[in-house]
Amino acid sequence: MQPIGITSIGVHIPYYYMQRNTIAAAWGARGLKGCRSVANVDEDAVTMAVEAIRDAGADTLGGGIQALYFASTTAPYAEKSHAAIVARACSLPETVFTMDLASSLKAGTGALRMALDAAIARPGTNTVVVAADCRDAAPKSPQEQLFGDAAAAVTIGDESPIAVIDHMSGNTREIVDVWRNAGERHINTAEPRFVTDCGYKSAMQAAISSFLEETHSSAADYARLVISTSDLREHLAVSKKLGFSPEQVQDPLMLEIGCSGTAQVFVALAAALETASPGDRILVANYGNGADVFSLTVTDAICRCPRRSRMRDLLASRRELAEYGRLLSFRGTIEPAAGEPFRLTISTAMTWRDQGTYLGLEGSVCEECGTAAFPVNRVCHSCGAKDKFTVSPRSRMEPEIFTYSIDRLAGRSDDPVVVQTVAQDESGCRYYLNMTDFNPEEIFVGKKLNFTLRKIHNLGNFVNYYWKFRPLRKAEEKNNEG
Amino acid sequence: MKDKVAIVGMGCSKFGERWDMGLSDLIIEAAYEGYADAGIEPGQIDAVFYSNGTTGALAATPIADALKLKNIPILRNENYCCSGHIALIEACMAVASGAYKTVLAIGAEKLKDTGFAGLGAGRGISTVMEARRTAPGSFALIGTRYFEENGISYDEGKRLLANIAVKNHANGMLSPKAHFHKEITVEDVLKAPIIATPLGLFDCCGNSDGAACAIITSAENARSFRDDPIWVKGFGISMDAGLPHLRPDFGWTSFDALKVSSGKAYEMAGIKNPREEIDVAEVHDCFTVTEMLIYEDFGFSARGRARDDIDSGFFERTGGLPVNVDGGLKCFGHPVGASGIRMTYEIYKQLQGRTDNPERQLKGVARGLSHTFGGPPQLSAVLIAGNEKG
Repeated sequence: MQPIGITSIGVHIPYYYMQRNTIAAAWGARGLKGCRSVANVDEDAVTMAVEAIRDAGADTLGGGIQALYFASTTAPYAEKSHAAIVARACSLPETVFTMDLASSLKAGTGALRMALDAAIARPGTNTVVVAADCRDAAPKSPQEQLFGDAAAAVTIGDESPIAVIDHMSGNTREIVDVWRNAGERHINTAEPRFVTDCGYKSAMQAAISSFLEETHSSAADYARLVISTSDLREHLAVSKKLGFSPEQVQDPLMLEIGCSGTAQVFVALAAALETASPGDRILVANYGNGADVFSLTVTDAICRCPRRSRMRDLLASRRELAEYGRLLSFRGTIEPAAGEPFRLTISTAMTWRDQGTYLGLEGSVCEECGTAAFPVNRVCHSCGAKDKFTVSPRSRMEPEIFTYSIDRLAGRSDDPVVVQTVAQDESGCRYYLNMTDFNPEEIFVGKKLNFTLRKIHNLGNFVNYYWKFRPLRKAEEKNNEG
Repeated sequence: MKDKVAIVGMGCSKFGERWDMGLSDLIIEAAYEGYADAGIEPGQIDAVFYSNGTTGALAATPIADALKLKNIPILRNENYCCSGHIALIEACMAVASGAYKTVLAIGAEKLKDTGFAGLGAGRGISTVMEARRTAPGSFALIGTRYFEENGISYDEGKRLLANIAVKNHANGMLSPKAHFHKEITVEDVLKAPIIATPLGLFDCCGNSDGAACAIITSAENARSFRDDPIWVKGFGISMDAGLPHLRPDFGWTSFDALKVSSGKAYEMAGIKNPREEIDVAEVHDCFTVTEMLIYEDFGFSARGRARDDIDSGFFERTGGLPVNVDGGLKCFGHPVGASGIRMTYEIYKQLQGRTDNPERQLKGVARGLSHTFGGPPQLSAVLIAGNEKG
């Protein structure tokens, strides 16, 4: 049997971050060190998951992916598959097996275990596991500063893994430490010392100790420990107790991102893999009503992985959100003055019928004259041929701005600036979309753009997703050069 | 169609924020001025062509309700900002066909009752594909591209467009029925808040309440109404795709709809050189950038040279081809369905030498053009009129 492991990994760190001091200042309180990432107003766990999968390149594997697991504690629907939306937006084949995993911060590592089992049981199975969270804490609570938004995706399979999964185990502990009741927006936490000592520390230490025993290994055998945490220090205390030196512990990026729920441990793992060398062993531990632990051995394939030092570039190409009020309104904690309502009708039938356009970003290429168009043109713009086209997903194109307007009237009251954008890709195909994650001062004709799936609105009382443009981030520009 | 029909009466309400007036009041204000101007009784109207965009699925009943016209055809059209022109052109064709002897074309809009300062975001064809789109943002796409292609910097471009706003404000000062009466300077335009780059507040027209009407009859009947009927010389309408944005090679600095609609009207009117042969024009200045583009697509200026004519004052009241002498949409206001007829009202009065302010009256005008450009944008309608039968 081929060794099974992680064949690719991708992350999404939102464009916006907020200094913890900004949050503290709004309350006249003391700020914690660092900053936290903040999902844009048009982002949620679904859109971030799509970004992470695209970053991992799993959408381009197409038929190579047999299963997709979507893990989140903050998915927008209580009933409806999110994995199905993500699979459609990533143009995965209809035969893909999809499953949502929810409720636990271990949902992502749980999904990874299922993916591993599947690959063992059915050799050749490739699964993408994606974890994404935008958790909300009550205003003025410590968690408000500590939480951050992010997503990460890993593909599991046996086709030249960059890190082979050696062993996986863990424990399950019942405890009411951190929880959110159905219908609630904010996390509840029990008394902090109880949460740390009887919840996190106890379960993590037990799970990691058992793991080391089972595998006859010790802390010294691992180049890195990737461990989830909910504050700035807990993970260091646990690591120390288990015999890991501070140098061995992967920075969980609490000062740059914050605790990103189900995504956190994968984001940290991605960072660890960026600096790993072939042969390195990595231990990964994740908490949530018990702990999941697994170990990896990095392979030679890591050298061919394009993600080296991407995390640093991603973190460097962000923009500060300076207004605390917008953090609250982006999440719906407060409702700012209503913007103008949409005067458009909505239809679930239309959304279903047009999913190729809305989620697949599908255009057409004329079989007669080769003209590329978006969305699908049944009658060709150029030669007039009727119904002679091939469908062509366009979301991986990188068009350039042809013309634009920075519109200060069109947006929501808490996000007033909308960039109407007409862009053209190298095949000559034109697009007309709004832009997101932009700095208005860095927009010009000819600027290169990416596509990103975003929330458009909630008309019809369901989430309407569609694509927007976003300027390439530093890490992506670098990839292009490479 | 040249000289087959004539306009024998026109009416126009005061434009503006008519909070105290309903749609019916505006219709009555315009229609009764038109009746008086033509010297006719309502009973002499054989059919009505009504343009309106915002009163929902009410067919044309607001006309029958307000004017107590019944048992005649009253047809409504909605064609974005071209609705008024299209009602007018439909009326001309209906009379020319011989189906009706005398008809009323009337456009009315009560925008201020909608509760929105602008025409609004989130309009368009598809619920998610065009979300968060405004008219200023859509037309501004022209400006960015025009500047890019013509090597005009953002600041130079802003200043160039400002001249159009300053001109139209100066003209609006002389129009008693206009929505806005405010003299402005280039500096005022440059200082104003940005709405959608490169368009600032003074680059955008007003959203107004208003109504306007025209009474059309056949050439044979025209002189039985008045000694100075205004003759319809030519017209053109051209529709393009709702989203030219998506068409490969669409350039954004020229629109087929503008070129085709004006070309058809010139052809019908026998005009070879519009820059020389048109004496006055009312064109669709929903935004300053639109007016600039129209100069070129209508052949008023050479391609890429609108700048020279703006700088030389060619389109000012005292210039070679005065444009928007009543203040334009910019200052007269833009109640969508009424605008095309209101613009023709100014041409009609100018050609008769009977404008409501002698200071605004141009000398020696024989041929005038009115025009509207609608949609996101893709629809254009042009009408050319003259004061002598050819």
